[in-house]
Amino acid sequence: MQVELTVNGERRSDEVEPRMLLVHYLRDVCGLRAANVGCDTTSCGACTVLLNGESVKSCTVLVAQAAGQEVITTEGLASDGELHPVQRAFRAEHGLQCGFCTPGMVMAAIGLLAENPHPTEREVREGLEGNLCRCTGYHNIVRAVLAAAREADAEVTA
Amino acid sequence: MTTSGREPGREPGQSGLLAPAGRAPSRPRRAPDGVPAEADRPGAGETAGIGTSVRRPDGRLKVTGEFAYGSDLWMDGMLWGVTLRSPHPHARIRSVQIGEALATTGVHAVLTSADVPGQNAYGLEHADQPVLAADLVRYAGEPVALVAADHPETARLAASRIMVDYEVLPPVTDPVAALAPDAPALHPGGNLVRHLKIRKGDPEPTADVVVAGSYQIGMQDQAFLGPEAGLAVPDGAGGVELFVSTQWLHVDQRQICAALGLPAERVRLVLAGVGGAFGGREDLSMHVHACLLALHTGKPVKMVYSREESFFGHVHRHPVWIDYEHGASSDGTLVYVTATMHLDGGAYASSTPAVVGNAGTMGAGPYVVPNVRIDAYGVYTNNPPCGAMRGFGSVQAAFGYEAQMDKLAAALGMDPVEFRCKNAMRMGSEGPTGQVLDSPAPVAELLRRVQRMPLPESGSADLRSLPGGVGNTTHGEGIVRGIGYAVGYKNVGFSEGFDDYSTARVRLELTGGEPVVTVHTAAAEVGQGLVTIEQQICRTELGVGTVVVVPKDTSVGSAGSTSASRQTYVTGGAVKAACEAVRERLLARVRERGERELAGLRLADGLVLADGAGPVGAIGEFLDAGPIEETVQWRHRPTQPIDPETGQGFAHVQYAFAAHRAVVDVDTELGLVKVVALDCAQDVGRALNPQAVVGQIQGGSAQGLGLAVMEEIQVRDGLIANPSFTDYLIPTILDVPPMRIDVLEYPDPHAPYGVRGVGEPPTISSGPAVVAAIRAATGRDLARVPVRPEHIAGPA
Repeated sequence: MQVELTVNGERRSDEVEPRMLLVHYLRDVCGLRAANVGCDTTSCGACTVLLNGESVKSCTVLVAQAAGQEVITTEGLASDGELHPVQRAFRAEHGLQCGFCTPGMVMAAIGLLAENPHPTEREVREGLEGNLCRCTGYHNIVRAVLAAAREADAEVTA
Repeated sequence: MTTSGREPGREPGQSGLLAPAGRAPSRPRRAPDGVPAEADRPGAGETAGIGTSVRRPDGRLKVTGEFAYGSDLWMDGMLWGVTLRSPHPHARIRSVQIGEALATTGVHAVLTSADVPGQNAYGLEHADQPVLAADLVRYAGEPVALVAADHPETARLAASRIMVDYEVLPPVTDPVAALAPDAPALHPGGNLVRHLKIRKGDPEPTADVVVAGSYQIGMQDQAFLGPEAGLAVPDGAGGVELFVSTQWLHVDQRQICAALGLPAERVRLVLAGVGGAFGGREDLSMHVHACLLALHTGKPVKMVYSREESFFGHVHRHPVWIDYEHGASSDGTLVYVTATMHLDGGAYASSTPAVVGNAGTMGAGPYVVPNVRIDAYGVYTNNPPCGAMRGFGSVQAAFGYEAQMDKLAAALGMDPVEFRCKNAMRMGSEGPTGQVLDSPAPVAELLRRVQRMPLPESGSADLRSLPGGVGNTTHGEGIVRGIGYAVGYKNVGFSEGFDDYSTARVRLELTGGEPVVTVHTAAAEVGQGLVTIEQQICRTELGVGTVVVVPKDTSVGSAGSTSASRQTYVTGGAVKAACEAVRERLLARVRERGERELAGLRLADGLVLADGAGPVGAIGEFLDAGPIEETVQWRHRPTQPIDPETGQGFAHVQYAFAAHRAVVDVDTELGLVKVVALDCAQDVGRALNPQAVVGQIQGGSAQGLGLAVMEEIQVRDGLIANPSFTDYLIPTILDVPPMRIDVLEYPDPHAPYGVRGVGEPPTISSGPAVVAAIRAATGRDLARVPVRPEHIAGPA
């Protein structure tokens, strides 16, 4: 089947099998490798992307379901080399080690902050419950998301 | 903590490395997409040396998703390899028929054991594991055949068409029964991999107070998030290049060469991005398989495991059964410990001898015990092979000895922390192997520090903070809070006489008129941040801000393994020594030019400095004569094998210590546990990157928590019952509490900069502290981990 969708701002039209998962489309058709496959069972969230601004696990979405919609992967966040505030915060707060979960964590955090720009520590944890990290113990991931929220506030008041 | 004066928007850690889809300069024709290559170089003048929390050089690539893991590698025209594995834990192979598989459209190769050109056996310590099973399979999941095809689904379809005729044999699954004289021998030498004996002091001691207990530790999985992956590229002349996510490139190379029957110069390895390791990438997985398929087809072959296959594709943490008996005098002084440990090594030896070594030599815990008798057995069975996982040997023993410490304290009517502190090791103490601790061992201080940390507020009525969460299982009724303590220790580096070294090549030269350092080691970066440490050491030693980390490969000498908490110590030591050699040569140039006598020559901030004078000149001035490069092989002081009958000897080069306090809320009716706090104090000797040190401690603590209450590979009759992340549960962000970390820095005078290994200690004491807290809340014995709800709420 033919699907048309927007990926990181670029309109695309591709011939795909109806059963193709969005994550495989992004990785193997578009050549975008930020969304990682960590579990195959929708458990780990390493494949999280934004679909019309909402975070979804791209291993659990058919590319056909994304037809006509807008997908943003971690590669599509930075503009003119300037990192997204959430990306900056993950770096600054040491919110990553091996980094395999990081693109998914970043996208889930962006989805969370879009819904709740001022989360508490507990709300950050609830918002990222679907994303596994094996390296950090999550402590610095929480700090990174809270720091990104503060930075966004500072930019608004500045 | 980065230094001031850097250019806006530039990160001091972002020197060259690991560009995505880059092309390594030395191999422009051959590098697949995703191979690590040099990236941008920041300006000179950075002085983000040791002791600062400078950012990771790979951080930008990791937050943008451009960092290339093994699973991201790609080459035009590449094939996909898959593995056919045995469904039986123990079976004889009567025949393997590949005709139908080979006839499948799109299939390029189907290989069996007959296609292994070299030695069909590999292993870290004993070469006892077939590359592909020939006549016998010893565990469920053992590789039997390989397929390469133009699409992964085609390869899997063809693999399903391989006909293997098995004669199924009864599996040996109990490690104690496996040692019985009439048990079937699974290997030519029998089922015993290693029996370690510790004999110290009085062989028949007596004590006022005696407690005994039997403990069982379940099989944990490393559960690194990026499954095994690699890409093998034939060089067209009979050799092969392998890009792979791994922990020790050179030990892989040695085993691959033996299996392929090729010399080292024909098998080149390059580290692909590693999505976590934790010991699970010490053994070979798809390494030889991908090379075999690539050499056979003449095409690049990529292999990536699914999560399910990953559970069969790497070793796990040994399950252990321990019987402990401790005696103490009535004043609370430890008198003796006896222990018998059985470690189930599964089908192949892997790291079992070293795991037994650690479990035995550190089986008495970080306490002074004058009389010790320990027997630790590593055993072959038909269960999944077990080997390295973070803190191995020490993690399992600590669940037992720390439970015993609490039992003894209770029997003596003493506070458990006071009892531990009274018997704690300190510098100068003699361990069970007769080794005297010759560097700081602040065991008591670590315990007292976690004890003094503020306690969390008492439980709130909010459902989400209660065990069971929004499952709405309680509104507070039946909830009991408990507090538990534990301390543990482990050896750093490779032990028992192993020649443990690392190699570093450091080059100092002018690039675009500015001095630039290039550091090249083969030490695997698996997420821990060694690449940052390498840069920091170069900056400190050479006073140059721009440090390029060359991609990790086998074109430089071995760095040893990224395991045993050793890389900052050993590869850090090698980088430091190579920098010192480079610095000596640079300073010789300074002296040659010398118009006057200069004392105290040193390098800092891009300058050559001397005592009592202004700057002698810029470093760059002395590089006009050409680059300076030195390659240094560096060793820590030697250790010794232990006596086979008494276990006595200088076995370990360094010990590392951590203590935890856990606070839990337990739903005593349903057996659900919520870990409310998990705080840690750890001595790291010297924190070269404080932020990275704290990150290691938090991550390691979470893995210990996982083993305490969640994580277990459930093996029944030799079969893994839960090979997925839906059934093997690792802690989520809701399972792990915020963690308060107290980092002590008592330098080890024998180690470079005084460093002490960091990665493993937090995984040792965190789990026992959690279990102690659950015991405190429930009064249950809890002799088995992970603790399950039925152990808490079921019949006592």
